Amino acid sequence: MRIVEKTQLMSAPEIDRTLQRLAHEIVEKSGGTKNLALIGIVRRGVPLAQRIAQAMRGIDGVDVPVGTLDITLYRDDLSKVAPQAVLRSSDIPFGVDNMDLVLVDDVLYTGRTIRAAMNGLFDLGRPKRVSLCVLIERGHREMPIEAQYVGRSVQTSDTEIIEVRLREIDKEERVVLVDRVE
Amino acid sequence: MTQRFRDLLALEPLPADELTFLLDQSKPFQEIQRHPLKKLATLRGKTVALAFFENSTRTRISFGTAASRLGADTMNLQAEASSLKKGESLLDTVHTLDAMKPDCLVMRHASSGAADFVAQHLDIPVINAGDGTHEHPSQGLLDALTIRDRLGSIANLNVTILGDLQHSRVARSNIHLLGKFGCKFTLCGPAMWVPRELEKIGAPGVPIRRVFRIEEALEGADVVLVLRVQTERQYEPSISAEDYVLGYQLDAARLRRAKPGAIILHPGPMNRGIEITPEVADGRQSCVLEQVTNGVAVRMALLFLLTSGTTEDGTHPLAEATPTKNRRSTDQKDPSHASR
Repeated sequence: MRIVEKTQLMSAPEIDRTLQRLAHEIVEKSGGTKNLALIGIVRRGVPLAQRIAQAMRGIDGVDVPVGTLDITLYRDDLSKVAPQAVLRSSDIPFGVDNMDLVLVDDVLYTGRTIRAAMNGLFDLGRPKRVSLCVLIERGHREMPIEAQYVGRSVQTSDTEIIEVRLREIDKEERVVLVDRVE
Repeated sequence: MTQRFRDLLALEPLPADELTFLLDQSKPFQEIQRHPLKKLATLRGKTVALAFFENSTRTRISFGTAASRLGADTMNLQAEASSLKKGESLLDTVHTLDAMKPDCLVMRHASSGAADFVAQHLDIPVINAGDGTHEHPSQGLLDALTIRDRLGSIANLNVTILGDLQHSRVARSNIHLLGKFGCKFTLCGPAMWVPRELEKIGAPGVPIRRVFRIEEALEGADVVLVLRVQTERQYEPSISAEDYVLGYQLDAARLRRAKPGAIILHPGPMNRGIEITPEVADGRQSCVLEQVTNGVAVRMALLFLLTSGTTEDGTHPLAEATPTKNRRSTDQKDPSHASR
């Protein structure tokens, strides 16, 4: 089986513009940045959340708190996926009670990651509201979960893979659609 | 890095990078101790067997708490109530426990090597919670974690260990762990508790010296590990409590010989007024309660590590991720950037 790159979905400037727009959308729909906080899901949700917070600083002049959440302990498939369960630290340096939280992740696919993230969040307290922001939404949901803020929706088949590559982690910056070929 | 250990029987064979990995993996669990809601469902449906053939309160409660915070159930076997009193062999007892299908066995035993022996006969992971005078690996890990948190690093420290070194598995696990990070050890206690052979228990090149005057032993120490005077493990020739206090008790005046920022560890339970004064035990340099809190985190990390995932194909769940075919069961949260 080979992995073949089919097409580029976003370039670096497109990712940047999309995050700017998402920042504006979140501030608009939240009616400002009061009680607002972003939670990046480890790993690629983290730099995305930080960049959105940075964009918000440009809009409102306010530093929106950013936390990170590792969902490994909340996965529903730990005993099924043989490889890898290296834990990274979650770091949410603020109380979540009565906060308006936005979960940030790179790709929304089955929805199971978000289900796990919400379990993790509710162990920390009772947020007033939780919404979801993703760079790419690709269908194939297995949970009743939708994103309120979407960078781009993409029609995909089951065998296709969306790779979000970010300079903080991958040393390059683009979103590509790849496919598995037998 | 390849994590392939199925059991945790001793710290001696583990290289520095795996020990660092174990300490790092304990960090997320330290955070969970601070959450208002501390219970996870991570190991829901799993069972941890706790077999304490030798008495223990804190270690057993610590492992039990770790298991329940991960959502696992526990089976408890305690020395007094066990069939060992009725003449059953160790192997028969653990086979009986194993037949009830636990996913992991945590065991303490008065004989050195007991956990190792049991691990050779069982297919499930075995965690050594103390075997005779050999090792107490989870204690060594929680001590190192406590030191790292307080001092910022476990590298190149002067570690002074006071008390009955000869019978101390805690001292051995500490030396095996910290020795791999360049720490130097000073052992101090009554001569019959600090025999010459102890200078050789570390890996080759680990500096271990014996000192019989406590003032000299504390000079320049970064870490002081006070061992309990273990009445249940003492053999002749012994020393009276009065003489021990006079010669080896850690008090505030003696502690001033150590570095100003030195920290004090004690595996507990403490004999206040014997090996340590209440003033020192409750002072700001003392870490005894942090050790207890960290103990739960370390044990959660160990249980998570050894019982989550599958080892059927011989690879450990913590081996580096390899993208597997058609992994669709989650949104692929792993650093290998696997299938999406």
